Amino acid sequence: MRLMKVSLFITCVSDMIFADVGKHTVGILERVGCEVDFPVAQTCCGQPAYNSGYLQEAKQSMKQIMLSFKDSEYVVGPSGSCVGMLREYPAIFKGDSEWEEAAIDLANKSYEITQFLVDVLGVTDLGSTFKGKVTYHPSCHMTRILGVKDAPQTLLRHVKGIELIELPIKEDCCGFGGTFAVKNSEISREMVKEKSQHVAETNAEYLVGGDMGCLMNIGGRMRREGKNIKIVHITEILNTHEQGGGIA
Amino acid sequence: MSIKLGDLSYQQRIEKGIENDFMREAVSSAQGRFRNGRLTQAEELGDWEDWRQLGSEIRTHTLENIDYYLQQLSEQVSKRGGNVFFATTAEEANAYIEKVIKQKNGKKIVKSKSMVTEEIGLNQHLEKLGAEVVESDLGEWILQLDEDPPSHIVTPALHKNKEQIRKTFAEKRGYDQSDSPEELAAFAREQLRKDFLSADVGITGCNFAIAESGAITLVTNEGNARMVTALPETQITVMGMERIAPTWEDMEVLVSLLTRAAVGQKLTSYVTSYTGARLEGEIDGPDDYHLVIVDNGRSKILGTEFQSALHCIRCAACINVCPVYRHVGGHAYNSIYPGPIGAVLTPLLDGYDDHKELPYASSLCAACTEACPVKIPLHEQLIRHRQIIVEQEKKSPIMEKIMMKGFAQWASTPAAYKLSTKLARTALKPWTKDETIKNGPGPLKGWTDVRDFPAPAKQSFRAWWKERQKGEVRNGNS
Repeated sequence: MRLMKVSLFITCVSDMIFADVGKHTVGILERVGCEVDFPVAQTCCGQPAYNSGYLQEAKQSMKQIMLSFKDSEYVVGPSGSCVGMLREYPAIFKGDSEWEEAAIDLANKSYEITQFLVDVLGVTDLGSTFKGKVTYHPSCHMTRILGVKDAPQTLLRHVKGIELIELPIKEDCCGFGGTFAVKNSEISREMVKEKSQHVAETNAEYLVGGDMGCLMNIGGRMRREGKNIKIVHITEILNTHEQGGGIA
Repeated sequence: MSIKLGDLSYQQRIEKGIENDFMREAVSSAQGRFRNGRLTQAEELGDWEDWRQLGSEIRTHTLENIDYYLQQLSEQVSKRGGNVFFATTAEEANAYIEKVIKQKNGKKIVKSKSMVTEEIGLNQHLEKLGAEVVESDLGEWILQLDEDPPSHIVTPALHKNKEQIRKTFAEKRGYDQSDSPEELAAFAREQLRKDFLSADVGITGCNFAIAESGAITLVTNEGNARMVTALPETQITVMGMERIAPTWEDMEVLVSLLTRAAVGQKLTSYVTSYTGARLEGEIDGPDDYHLVIVDNGRSKILGTEFQSALHCIRCAACINVCPVYRHVGGHAYNSIYPGPIGAVLTPLLDGYDDHKELPYASSLCAACTEACPVKIPLHEQLIRHRQIIVEQEKKSPIMEKIMMKGFAQWASTPAAYKLSTKLARTALKPWTKDETIKNGPGPLKGWTDVRDFPAPAKQSFRAWWKERQKGEVRNGNS
């Protein structure tokens, strides 16, 4: 069988801050038999500018992304929010004779990692093992923009040894919202305080999610409050196997 | 009152809201109840998404043909002995209503809940003329006694708890019983009954005006709208021009969505539909009936990318799920229309000058869009507002503009981007301790005021990838 070719869309946050998330994503994709490449011309999906109302600036960034992945068969990234942004490109470039086609092409071949595993490859059990009490935060853009609700939880349920604890009012936003966290810092603070309290109520050792932006926000707040919890991207849990961790 | 509530700055309003523990507790528990109620009802109905789709199609069709349906409605109301007045502005609406009341020598006016009369400042206008205006919706009555504006479009006194209400009743009306909801409601009922019986004029809002019959439909749980529409000799309905349901069947769909989405009820206790004045040979109905159809900026929204904001059926489902609303409360929006729909509608109806911060008062979590029973893409419209504020209104801060120009340069130049992944850690080193930044510089400050920021990785992903590729080549794996 021909290897499935996948281009990793790392996202700027994971490229710079959470490089391990990229390593785990590569590890998982290779484990399920994909051939992974990394187009080095990729930058940011444009969301910080787009969501702030800077459409022209956002488009410059988006064009760079489209160029980077123009030859890719599949584009897979470890973020519901950033992949959700790629899926919005066709609406943003609608009527743009130069870019509309590329926008549609990219949107059609882009997937968030858990979505790709479950919906495209039909994998629900990666044979992973993870010991610990874990609570899952379903990020807003993953669930509401990209529409991925079940895939992450399906994969987590198949992890051996994991103790999954339901997060109260889990669908509530953590207050990240990209530039919102800085521009409306007080409101964001109240939102993340509430989320932090909900996470603490679960007594989980690990907070897992599919978007590092949200995890960085909740984790950063909990650390500030002196609450002891480790934030992990879902790929870190999935990229384990019976013999132990599996960084490629 | 008009759309705008007061003169506090955005920052002041946010702080005031966040510091108000009473209000936040009340809002949070109400949101929980409404959210659960809505979800339970949606589940029980079974095919909620199909209902939403149907609701959205009815509203889209109605607004696309609003000229036709306004004409039809107007003809039907006239046929049933009613007078129809199209008011382009709030002033025109108020002047017309004033004229009707003066002609009738009306002294006492009883009202049922109406957001559009808040929007046009009708009460203040009539009170200036010396008329006595009594709000008969319990929440609105409490606020009227307390001279406080509504903070929610369905439950206007949501921000008050029962003790605060007891105090208001005691101070303003000599109430001397407990703060039990039953006793408070019984007192209000007794007080209001006298007003219903002695009023000369009844004024209501309108949930849906049915174009094919000219009937006005009102949805309440207190039955007050039924009293207002049954007792006074002169009746006035004030409606926003978009609040039309073409047929009875459409109304049935919209009411089914409205009551479930708004308060988690299959149906409210009262759904009242009434038509025109008493005609010859009829045994009931008012002597005189007037329908005031208010534009007040709405027709300017028609044909724009914001047209779907006019699909709103005022259920407040978006408000009830909004985490921003939960923490700052309705008054922080400084508009009689708070929450996500308020942040979309207010700048459209009242301009950006006083409301330019509203579209940013959202984390774009899209809970509003998901909850809306007629599928208004609220979070997308907030982004569109932001684009207009940046590109047309040019009201965005200069520093932000510079940063975004920089962002575009950075993100469209792979070499610059790559360099930044290399330098980020070193650049932030002076502020980093134990892999954590607690007092970040520049734009990071807003972040680190509230929470820690992690130090960038020791090695960026792309650097690791490059090394790995080299290794694989060396090992002959490539």
